Amino acid sequence: MDIRNRPRAPVVITVDTRHKVRAHRKRWLRRIGFWLSVIVIVSPAILVFLWMLSLSLKTEIDNITYPPVFIPNPPTFANFLQVFSENSIGRYLWNSIVVSGGATLVALAIGIPAGFGIARVGARRLTVLILLARMTPALSYLIPLFAVFQFLRLNNTLTALVITHLVITVPIVVYIMAGYFETLPKELEEAVLIDGGSVWSTFRYVALPLARPGIIVGTILSFIFSWNNFVFGAVLAGRETRTLPVAVYNVLTFEQLAWGPLAAAAIVVTLPVLLLTIFIQKEIVAGLTHGGVKGS
Amino acid sequence: MPALAPPPRRTQFLARRRRNYYLFIAPALIVVGAVIIFPWLFTLWMSVFDWKIGSSAHFVGVGNYQTLATNQRFAEAILHTFYFTALAVILPLVLGTAAAMIFHREFPLRGVLRGVFIMPMMATPVAVALVWTMMFHPQQGVLNYLLSLVGLPPSLWVYSPTLVIPSLVLVEIWHWTPLVMLIVLGGLAALPTEPYESARLDGATEWQLFRHITLPLVAPFIVVAAVIRTIDALKTFDTIYVITGGGPGTASETINLYLYLQAFAFYNIGTASAVVVVFFVIVLALALLLLHVREKTKWA
Repeated sequence: MDIRNRPRAPVVITVDTRHKVRAHRKRWLRRIGFWLSVIVIVSPAILVFLWMLSLSLKTEIDNITYPPVFIPNPPTFANFLQVFSENSIGRYLWNSIVVSGGATLVALAIGIPAGFGIARVGARRLTVLILLARMTPALSYLIPLFAVFQFLRLNNTLTALVITHLVITVPIVVYIMAGYFETLPKELEEAVLIDGGSVWSTFRYVALPLARPGIIVGTILSFIFSWNNFVFGAVLAGRETRTLPVAVYNVLTFEQLAWGPLAAAAIVVTLPVLLLTIFIQKEIVAGLTHGGVKGS
Repeated sequence: MPALAPPPRRTQFLARRRRNYYLFIAPALIVVGAVIIFPWLFTLWMSVFDWKIGSSAHFVGVGNYQTLATNQRFAEAILHTFYFTALAVILPLVLGTAAAMIFHREFPLRGVLRGVFIMPMMATPVAVALVWTMMFHPQQGVLNYLLSLVGLPPSLWVYSPTLVIPSLVLVEIWHWTPLVMLIVLGGLAALPTEPYESARLDGATEWQLFRHITLPLVAPFIVVAAVIRTIDALKTFDTIYVITGGGPGTASETINLYLYLQAFAFYNIGTASAVVVVFFVIVLALALLLLHVREKTKWA
């Protein structure tokens, strides 16, 4: 028997069937509505970055034309070459690495033990200090520090910048490590203590190795926020010691660059941070989603 | 040695331990004291002096505060700051909550899209501000081009005194909605499922479910996001400074921008310190107000 023409029961359209069809259509519409909202929500985020990329890869002519050209044709790396050779972005890149790296390293050296101490002593209330510190604008730390550095004749040095950036890095490391150490069970450390070990050895041989994930997240977040900082460098740095955000801003106001090199410079500034973000994306989400209520 | 040590020995044992832990905290405390607490006290001290860098300081008591109270430009700065902050807090809260509702659902590529979505808040503000400056350009900027595509007239964006603050708020929304989304998402993740099941059985619509079950339960998280957003929005500096520098004229000059001017353009340390104190009081007042609201919503 031909299966396509097999005898079938008559199709009866009942009220129930119509409801099912309507429900099915509604669910399909809702699906489309959902995906549409996903696109609407996520696209601004990515479109701006794509536009930044597009600007940097276009030639000068392409950048001036109206209506704007979206896909560079032909794409060019000339803008990037220019910012590295003519505007010495390489030097400022190095400054940023030194300042953020230095401030992060110091913050790790003193912040990890501090987080451990705070967690074991139960002095969570010290983190209120951190919230208070967050409430004041960065500029307010700058004014006295600026005066002090002028007095010590440390103005325009990278050292002054590293010290100032500690304002950013130390609270972050302490906060993250305190939260992390609190989640580590105390039994292992207590075992070492009972066997006659020192507190230092519980830290060095038990807590520290276990804290590696927290240390990685703390390091990266501290580095990112120090890297992104603009005001400290804007006030305290000289021409040779500027960090990237400051250099890029100066390039805008004083050197009147065309858009192509400007966008290229912007990408050089923010790309390391974006790459790091992708790297610890999960931890950022996890940390913020359930630390949000606990912390404050 | 017997297993049970007599009480005094034990307390001594514990006390010595605690002291060790405090030693761990000491270096960080010293650094925090030097770079955070000392500047703070110094600022407080300086606010009662009249001191310009290069000349000597003399004591003026509340003189600086009196000058600020009658200063037209400072009053306007306060207005601009409140206008900016109100918009920059409410809009991301609404959009962030909506985004959290969306990301709460399971859908393919959710992890990747979420990663993309949080990139704006981690990107370097100055770099992003530069790109937005280019986008805001009235003739060659892509934003006006997009407006023309939908038939709207070109806008002056940040070059118009009336539109400058909303335009800057647009950048803030783009920049910080992900943070609100993550905080509210955390709240959504902790929601119980029973109320939804019984309400659905009773025939409630999606909107009713949202308004009467979801919203009250995530309210504490939304308030936390509001506190963080308010504090950050009040302090916004990089974005405004790079895109408009406080302009056109002083139309987008917030308290922070005014502070920068006083301190590092006019070198008016005394006045600037007074501004810092006033600013901190404002931030503290708003934060406490919002925290009070949070306590109220906790057991809603």
